[in-house]
Amino acid sequence: MTERIACARLESETLRHNFSDIHPPLSAPQAVIEAERCLRCHDAPCIEACPTGIDIPAFINRIATGDVKGAASAILSSNILGGSCARVCPTEILCEGVCVRVTLGEPAVEIAALQRHATDWQMAHGPAFTRAAATGKRVAVIGTGPAGLACAHRLALLGHEVTLFEKAARPGGLNEYGIAAYKLVDDFARREIDFVLAIGGITLHTGMALGKDMSLEDLREAFDAVFLGLGLSGVRALGLPGETLPHVRDAVAFIAELRQATDLGEIAVGRRVVVIGGGNTAIDAAVQCRKLGAEEVTLVYRRGPESMSATRDEQDFALRNGVVIRHNARPQHFEGGPGGVTAAVFLRADGETLTLPADLVLKAVGQLYEDGPPALETGSGRIWTDGFGRTSLPRVYAGGDCVGGQELTVAAVAMGRDAAMTIHRDLEEPRHG
Amino acid sequence: MADLRCDLAGIRSPNPFWLASAPPTDKAYNVRRAFAAGWGGVVWKTLGEDPPVVNLSSRYGAIGFEGRRMAGLNNIELISDRPLATNLAEIKEVKRDFPDRALVVSLMVPCVEESWKAILPLVEETGADGVELNFGCPHGMSERNMGAAVGQVPEYVEMVTRWVKAGTRMPVIVKLTPNVTSILPPAHAALAGGADAVSLINTIQSVIGVDLDRMAPEPVVDGMGTHGGYCGPAVKPVALRMVGEIARDPELSGLPVSGIGGISTWRDAAEFLAMGATSLQVCTAAMHHGFRIVEDMISGLSNWMDGKGYARIADVTGRAVPNFVPWNRLNMNFHTLAHIDQERCIGCGLCYIACEDTSHQAIAALRIDGARRYEVIEAECVGCNLCAHVCPVPDCIEMRPQPVDGVLTWPDHPANPRRRESERAG
Repeated sequence: MTERIACARLESETLRHNFSDIHPPLSAPQAVIEAERCLRCHDAPCIEACPTGIDIPAFINRIATGDVKGAASAILSSNILGGSCARVCPTEILCEGVCVRVTLGEPAVEIAALQRHATDWQMAHGPAFTRAAATGKRVAVIGTGPAGLACAHRLALLGHEVTLFEKAARPGGLNEYGIAAYKLVDDFARREIDFVLAIGGITLHTGMALGKDMSLEDLREAFDAVFLGLGLSGVRALGLPGETLPHVRDAVAFIAELRQATDLGEIAVGRRVVVIGGGNTAIDAAVQCRKLGAEEVTLVYRRGPESMSATRDEQDFALRNGVVIRHNARPQHFEGGPGGVTAAVFLRADGETLTLPADLVLKAVGQLYEDGPPALETGSGRIWTDGFGRTSLPRVYAGGDCVGGQELTVAAVAMGRDAAMTIHRDLEEPRHG
Repeated sequence: MADLRCDLAGIRSPNPFWLASAPPTDKAYNVRRAFAAGWGGVVWKTLGEDPPVVNLSSRYGAIGFEGRRMAGLNNIELISDRPLATNLAEIKEVKRDFPDRALVVSLMVPCVEESWKAILPLVEETGADGVELNFGCPHGMSERNMGAAVGQVPEYVEMVTRWVKAGTRMPVIVKLTPNVTSILPPAHAALAGGADAVSLINTIQSVIGVDLDRMAPEPVVDGMGTHGGYCGPAVKPVALRMVGEIARDPELSGLPVSGIGGISTWRDAAEFLAMGATSLQVCTAAMHHGFRIVEDMISGLSNWMDGKGYARIADVTGRAVPNFVPWNRLNMNFHTLAHIDQERCIGCGLCYIACEDTSHQAIAALRIDGARRYEVIEAECVGCNLCAHVCPVPDCIEMRPQPVDGVLTWPDHPANPRRRESERAG
């Protein structure tokens, strides 16, 4: 009988193929042809739909006219993580979703692919910007996810001295630990961090956790300002019988393990997998299980498809990869014994019970803000800010998922960047303590 | 189905589509393929005196526009670089094998009567249907006092045309250069010299682009470039105007015209016919897509003529000429207003920014419940059409002619300080 939980279900060559880039890059001629499709709207809807407000028609026109360096500048001046956003943004609900070409009944301009084309070029040619003269101000940035990196880069650009702290062994936050492997291939997350840090003026310390290795008070003493890009460290539990059975896991931890693996053949996956949740983490977990060789992967969501936070494109992507999606079924309990889970039991909207045999259950029912500095006021379970990134404590700022908002990489970048601008202004004209 | 047969000054072809004198008509191999593909005629690439010229390597430059290749093409190639006897023998064989097609021979020899008198009998002997005098080539040959160097001097045009008419019984077409301030004097000169028809336009003097790495005009020949002759779809507007000016000239209106200049589709062909052409010459489109494009041109022109009820080419030729008038004859009482179809509008705002920045501030940019909406401010609209031209959506912006109250032209306009005395008196 086949092992219920096993590594290396597929040949290494198949695994390599399964985890290759889902959207290969455009060639230079393809990029020009695609760029020429842009109508260069006045008051372009795509700019408005981008949380970082990249001047999309401008960068696309620069690609069309052979100025790829200028295109990269236009992107990166608004969004220093334009490279990862080009890969992970749900563009179908952002820039590409509002492209007027769609209204015209045509496919949207491939903004993400074009953005990747330009940012890849810049990353191959070194930093896009040079720092302003040193200000002598020192800022601590906690967290190296998109918010922290965007904040650190903007502060360094403006001439401030940045010390960047990361509690994990590697910097990058969700880009390093939380995004499906096939979206950020070829070590992209790490290469991008090297690119961001190459501006200079940023000192990185990993393995340093706030509240353990240092306190917020220490940091406020030692630095002129502190930015918190803590992300969400907790995962929501279901609180159901059988939840502690072996092989009932958090999807976040499963994805992190997969992302850190040097050999995908070392990742254990069930023959039959049940994923609970309706967001992009659930999709990423389910599809990666299929790509690792799980025979049956069922994604179960408690409401209908329209309520899923995973976009329609993400749902389609899961279906194309052989994931079965079951809607309107709430988890009730898990069956199994010391050897592990054997089934997940759901209550359907029509009152019937749905029992799905499972060797592995992955929970992707949301992440929580936990273990933040107690001195900070919170609101709706996250750090409260004034809309400009200022927290309730003087000289302490915050952004990204620990503050809330759209919970997208690109939104975190915008919050980190904008908080940096607030810090810059406050350091110039002290008004906040 | 419409009758596409064509008769230009006695040169007959089964359809009006001829290949112009150019690389595609350089030798029998190409011309046979062209006739097999359905071309109605060819003008054989220009013959000159022996010894033949020598051509360079690197001959064409091109510009594309937003993904479309070869919107404009320029060349620095000279006339046929093959021995005269070779060309003549091939012309004779091809004409024998395709007796129903028009085979016209382009000629360019030095501007002395003996040279023209010598070559004409040789061409006549091939059985060719006519000759076309190349007074247009604007590069290379003009530095040797031929081609455009002749075409730019009406007296020379008349003189050489007269020599040729005296030296042959074949119909004579004079090919005109556009590299003049007015096309009318050389056209009048051709008529005065006895030309049976004119063909136009030849290529336009041009530098198609500069190679910014080698810092030399394109096409680059060992580090340097020269001006070339510009052709292709981009030159069509220049050609249409010159064809139309000849067609509407009272003295020239009887002179048959073979239209040339960027003809790529049946629609281009129909426009040249409407502006006064009888036959049509094509080059760049064939060089871009091969000879089979003539099938599409024949199909499109025929279907369009059927739809309009035009039975033969002569029904179309010159049909737009009476409406091609000097500015002073346009009705100043006419007014047209832009109208945006909100159902079709995709909200790109291109009409707004074009009007706001560069025209008459006659489009309002609104937000209705967050949605972009662009509306024409009719009181400000001068009817310039710019918004309709920049709009990427077919039939979204319509220019609506307003009711017209009589005709008022500039010579009679009250704002004209030199308006006609009769009006002032009245």
